[in-house]
This record gives sequence, structure tokens and C-alpha cells, in this order.
Amino acid sequence: MALNRKIAYIDLTTGEITAKPIPVEIRNKFIGGRGLDAYLLYNHTKQGVDPLGPDNVLLISGGLLTATCASATTRTHIMAKSALTGMLGSTNMGGFFAPELAWAGFHHLVIRGKAEKPVYLFIHNGEIQIRDAKNIWGKSVTETQWAIREELNDPEVKSLVIGPAGENLVRWANVMTGIKNSGGRSGMGCIMGSKNLKAVAVRGTMDVAIAHPVEALEYNKRFIDQITSSKVNQTMGTIGTPFIWGATNSWGGVRTRNFQFNQCDYSDDLEPERIDEIALETVGENHMAACFACQVHCRGKHRLPSGPYKGRYSEGPEYTSQGAFGAEPDCKHADTVLTCNYLVNEYGMDTLETGSMISWAMELMELGILTKEQTDGLDLRFGNDEALIEMIHRICHRKGWLANVLADGGLPAAEKIGKNSFDYLIQVKGMNNLHSDERGTPALALNIATASRGSDHLRSRPAIDLYHLPEPVLRKIYSSPIPYDGPLSSEQTDYEGKPWQVFWHENCYMAVDMLGICKYHTMFLGATHPNFEDWSRVVQLNTGLDYSPVHLWEAAVRCNMIERLFNLREGMTRYDLKKGEMLNHRYFDEPLQRGAPGVVGRKIDKKKFVKMVDEFYAHKGLDEKGAPKPETLKKLGLENEPSHLL
Amino acid sequence: MHEPNKVLKTDYNKCTGCRLCELVCAVKHDHVSNPTRSRIRVIKWESEGIYVPISCQQCEDAPCAIACPAKALSRNAERGRVEVDYDKCIGCRTCVSVCPFGAMHFVAADRKVIKCDLCDGDPQCVRFCDTKAVNLVDAGDVSLQKGREAAKRLQAADRTASTLVA
Repeated sequence: MALNRKIAYIDLTTGEITAKPIPVEIRNKFIGGRGLDAYLLYNHTKQGVDPLGPDNVLLISGGLLTATCASATTRTHIMAKSALTGMLGSTNMGGFFAPELAWAGFHHLVIRGKAEKPVYLFIHNGEIQIRDAKNIWGKSVTETQWAIREELNDPEVKSLVIGPAGENLVRWANVMTGIKNSGGRSGMGCIMGSKNLKAVAVRGTMDVAIAHPVEALEYNKRFIDQITSSKVNQTMGTIGTPFIWGATNSWGGVRTRNFQFNQCDYSDDLEPERIDEIALETVGENHMAACFACQVHCRGKHRLPSGPYKGRYSEGPEYTSQGAFGAEPDCKHADTVLTCNYLVNEYGMDTLETGSMISWAMELMELGILTKEQTDGLDLRFGNDEALIEMIHRICHRKGWLANVLADGGLPAAEKIGKNSFDYLIQVKGMNNLHSDERGTPALALNIATASRGSDHLRSRPAIDLYHLPEPVLRKIYSSPIPYDGPLSSEQTDYEGKPWQVFWHENCYMAVDMLGICKYHTMFLGATHPNFEDWSRVVQLNTGLDYSPVHLWEAAVRCNMIERLFNLREGMTRYDLKKGEMLNHRYFDEPLQRGAPGVVGRKIDKKKFVKMVDEFYAHKGLDEKGAPKPETLKKLGLENEPSHLL
Repeated sequence: MHEPNKVLKTDYNKCTGCRLCELVCAVKHDHVSNPTRSRIRVIKWESEGIYVPISCQQCEDAPCAIACPAKALSRNAERGRVEVDYDKCIGCRTCVSVCPFGAMHFVAADRKVIKCDLCDGDPQCVRFCDTKAVNLVDAGDVSLQKGREAAKRLQAADRTASTLVA
């Protein structure tokens, strides 16, 4: 039964390990996955805790539906105070780890302390061992995983690992599993490194009972058919997320040369067709791979077509890497993007942060804010593919003054570089923005400004806002499961109704993160995808829990509020450019120069933006500073947090 | 009257490695989620991106049935499958040892062997596989698709050759 999966507390300083059941009352309020992790983080850390110190807790979890008969519920969630931002750190990744954890008897791990020397955890059917990692420390992401399998003599072991970047405490180091499944953003790999924790290996063979197995199997078929019948997922299952590039770059939504342009011109080599061609040439016709029990299979396979790693097997790239290593540094070669993608995956560092930080440094070079002495002679200009690749090596190993400074993250780096370097850092709450340019799309701008883990497109982005859906369709989507009769607009450049959409998606994504479902199975990219009604049914058939769509919605609102409480406790203030919900001045000052006729000339209207944030706060029951009103906390049952129940 | 025998045909190149087949197989047969109860298993070389689904081939002259000391395994021609008679099975796992495909499994929790029964004609692995890496085909047609693909390659080679000549 999913409900008898336990929570384990592991202290790496003392070696003490205990396991507890998760009471159903706690489940009812925080469900599981990211929701329950947020509760645990708020309860197990104190204000101002040192992110890299032993008192920070690292939470690793599967969702409520993980390893049940519900497709694409394989997401692993990891949370801690962020090594990059000093605020909420959180990451969500695919692969095969979370179901294996559930079959081994656990849904949540709470890891604190710091091991004296490098260790890894091995979790096997209810038992947890802390093992010596001296033979795997220093190894790359894939080498680490294969070495663990060899050491444990079990090819079915699944591991979450860090690469050299995590060991070297690069502040945006990833937790990785498989070839390229990445727990990116906010530096959870750095937290593992700070605890001397190289990996968490798991192998489970215990049954997860299904409440209504016959019906759950049939419902899953229906669920799958709903997903695979959509064009967007068929396309994703053929060439992966690079498909997004074609449309976005042509209308002018891809930031280029850090943030100078909104379209990467003369970039045919970055088009999805080119990426697909390389996969066809190096792997063959069937070149897509999938996470556990997922019929979308959006992960591309290829071998590197050229360069020092030519011939090596690799996966990806995602849309993010096309932007981070193609458009932002203006290096317009597929081979460069693939080499960078391979390197960050093996080193275990965030693709988005890496590309953005290097592109920022390139702009600083162009402006003369950085000098060639500071780059140790490296010609770090836009369009220099070799310098881009070299910087990845240097940052991972903290080699040279600039790389070492950048490896500490954007905000500390801006302090050290000085002058007006901060003005060119495209970030929110200390985390860099995706390469998408939101100056023409107010809803998306509001999303990145208010995302709980810093600038982020996976916390509340109403991506379907770009589809110009007719108003009745919008009305149908956004009036459920909670009634809404306020304004809604099919026009992506409007400001009206967007705060509700962002609020709605924030809860939608929290709901699936609590259940363990992948976002490609939600109203993220497909407007006909499963929704609160479907999840309520899936939960009931698989676990027997009777959660109505409104119950799931309210739990999502509650867990988003806990994340906000954590950020407020760590000093979030609304208009603070470093810790608040504000955008870089370029969003308001510099109009878009390229792209479709309706896009050119647009920028975000500051007054209207502030009004959007006001409305968003009102929907969430916050005061004008962004803090929850007492009655909001009471309504959500959070008035006594931290309550230390688990 | 009896239906033509259908056989399971895997086309491993199409496998995405998702293991949904393992999940639904266990849920269908044992009503729980646990891939170690699945009759079909995806064997993986992750470092190469190669995934191969392995299941019982329902051999005509099945080594498991020949080797079984309790005569618990036999061929059911009508259903086109090799079956275990659990009343006779003594749990010695000889069948597991002799199966050339590793498609006979022993479930440690239940102390019993399991194998594919083609879900009585509606295999769930086939039903759920999006890329059709696992198929149910007429026994006589098992080589049809392979032949077609080989022919395609020949044609392509021929076209390349004629380009070279021209």
C-alpha cells in the first residue's frame, strides 16, 4: 500500500537512522512529495540556517502515487535550503529512482548532519546503510552509478548521485540519475556535497498494493490515451522538448546574447530538425527513451557527433540547453550545444544556470566590466564556442579567478565583480531566468517573478497562455475545481486575468508535485491534459483515499503557502531585487527588438506589473507585502506552523 | 473451431525502456505494483541506451517442460502457451535454470515460479506499449515485418549504389 511507505530520518554526523510511518492526518494535509517536503523543511530547519552547514536538511521523496498503477508518476523531489539563493531550494526529476525507493519501503528521506568522510546511502527493502564512498568520490555522474552497481553487485540498483561539481560545491550543482535525468535548479547537488554524501542508492522488491487494481489498470489506459492523443505529446515523443525551440524562437521569445535580443538569428543549426537529424544519424530511427512507466518518451538519445567526446553516448538535449548553450552565449552550433549538454550532465551541474552565468560574464566582457586578466586570458566573447566549453570545465573545477567567482552563484559573483555587473544579471531571488524572454508575455513574467524557488518556469507558468485559446475554453479550465468569474483573456500580451491563471497553475503544478506526476501530463503544455478531477479519481483507485478535486486544490494552496512561509522566514521582501518578487530593470526599460510584428517593441509595463502582483497576492490571501494574512493561515490550517508533528 | 495461435513478438529497437509493461503485468496478475512479479522484463544497457524486453517465447519444444521433474509444465496448444500446473509444481526452480531466455521467474515473496500466460489472449504489455515494441502476431507472420525492414534497407542500398554509378 502506498500509505504504508515510511519516512526515514538519517543523521550523517551521528550515523543514527530511524523510520516512522506517515500518519494519514498529515497525508490529508500535505499529501506527499514536494508538499510534504515543504512541511518537513519548514519544521526541521531554523531561520538563517547555513545552507552548507550540518543543520540544513536534505529531503528526498516520491509522490503519493509513485509506484502505483498510474503512469508517469516517477518524479523524485528533493528539497533543502538552497545553496544558490539562501531561500527555498527544490528540484523535481524523472528517471527510475522514486518508484525504486517506494518498492524499498520509503516515500520520504530526511537527511541531516555531515559525514566525516565521503559516504553513500544504500537503501534495500526497509534497511538503510551508510557506506564508505572512497571508491566513487571524484567520479563523474555515470561512472559513479555504474561503480555503485558493481560494488553492490546488482545491476538493478538506482542511484541519485552528484558529480565533481557537487563535490566542489558549485552552488548550482545538480543531483543526477541515469544518463541525464537532472535534479537541477537551486543547487541540491551542492547540499549533498556539503554533507559529504556522494550518492543515495536504492533497490526495492516489496509490493505496493493497489486499492482497486482492476479499475486502476483500466483507468490508467484511459489516462494514457488522453495524453498520447494530444499533438503536443506526440511531437514531444518524437523529438523531445527541442520542438519548443522552433515556435518560440520564430515569434521572438528566446533571449539572446544574455538579454540583448529576443531571438537567436541565423540559428538553423539549433532547430529541432537538426537535433533530430543527429539522433537519426548516430542512433537510428528509434531514438527516444522514457522515464518509468511513461508513454510520452520525451528523452532523445544520440552519440556526440564531433569534438573531444565524439562517439560517446548521451541523452538530450532539452529545450533549456538549446537556449543556455546556443542562444544566450550566441554559439549557434548543435555540436557545441551537445558537447556542453554532455559535460554538464557528467559533471552534474545545472544546464540553465551554467549557460546563463557564462553568458552574463560574456556581456560583462563586452561592456568592459570584466577584463582579460580576470578571465586568465580567455577570450570570453559572445559566439566563442571554445571559450564557452572551457568555462564549463573551469567552473566545475573552480579553476581560475572568474570561474571560482561564478561557481558561487549570481548574487555573490555580482558583489565580487562589482561595478554595475548586477544590472546585467537576469535573475529573480538569486536564480537565473530560463532563456525564454517574457517581455511580450505578462503572464509568464508574473510567473517567474513570483516562483517560490527563484526565477522558474516550472512552478506556475501558464504556458498554454501562448495558444490563444478561445475564452470559453479558458473559462472551462480556470473555473475548476474552484469557481472563478473574474476576467480572462485569450491575448497573451494582456495583463487582465493573468494573475488568476498564474495562481491556478501554481496550484496545478504543486498538486502534481505532491502526487509525483510529471508536468507533461498536466495542463502545462497540453490544454486537454488530465486535471484535478482525473487526479482525484487516480488517487482513489490506487490508494483508496477519497480526495475530492477541491481537497487536492486546497492542499496545493496550503503547500504553496508553506513554501512562501519558508521564504519569508529567510528574508523575502516584495520589491527587493535580490530576494523579492521583482524583475530585472531590462524587462521594463528595454523593448523587444526582434520577432513577430506583434512582439517587436513590447516590454513589461511596470505599473501594470505591480498591479498584477497585487492581484496575485489577493488571490493567495496575502497582504500587500506578500505575507499571508492571519485569516488565510487559519483557513489553510497553518496558524500553528511549525507544528513539529513529523 | 479454434483461433490461430498468436505469439508475442518483441521489436527491441522500438523499446523506450519505460517498463510500463512490467508495471501492468504485475498489476494484472498479482494486483500489486512490483516489477519483480512481472512476467516480462526489460533488460537494459543504460550506458548505451539499449533496452530489450524479454518474455516467454512459449517454445514448441520447451526446455522448462522437458526439464521439469514434476511434469508441472506443459504445452496448451489451443491457447498457444506453456503453462504451470501449480498443483504439481514443487518449486525446485529447474525451469528457471534451463530457460534459455531467463523468462521463467521465481517470486521470492510467494516462493513460486511465474511465467507469461499471454493474459489469456489479451496481453497487457502489448495493450499498453505505446511504441509497439511488444506485439501479438499470428505465429506465421512473425518474420513478416522483419523481412519488410530488410527489404527497405536493400532498396536504400540500391538507391545509394545507383547514385554512385550515376
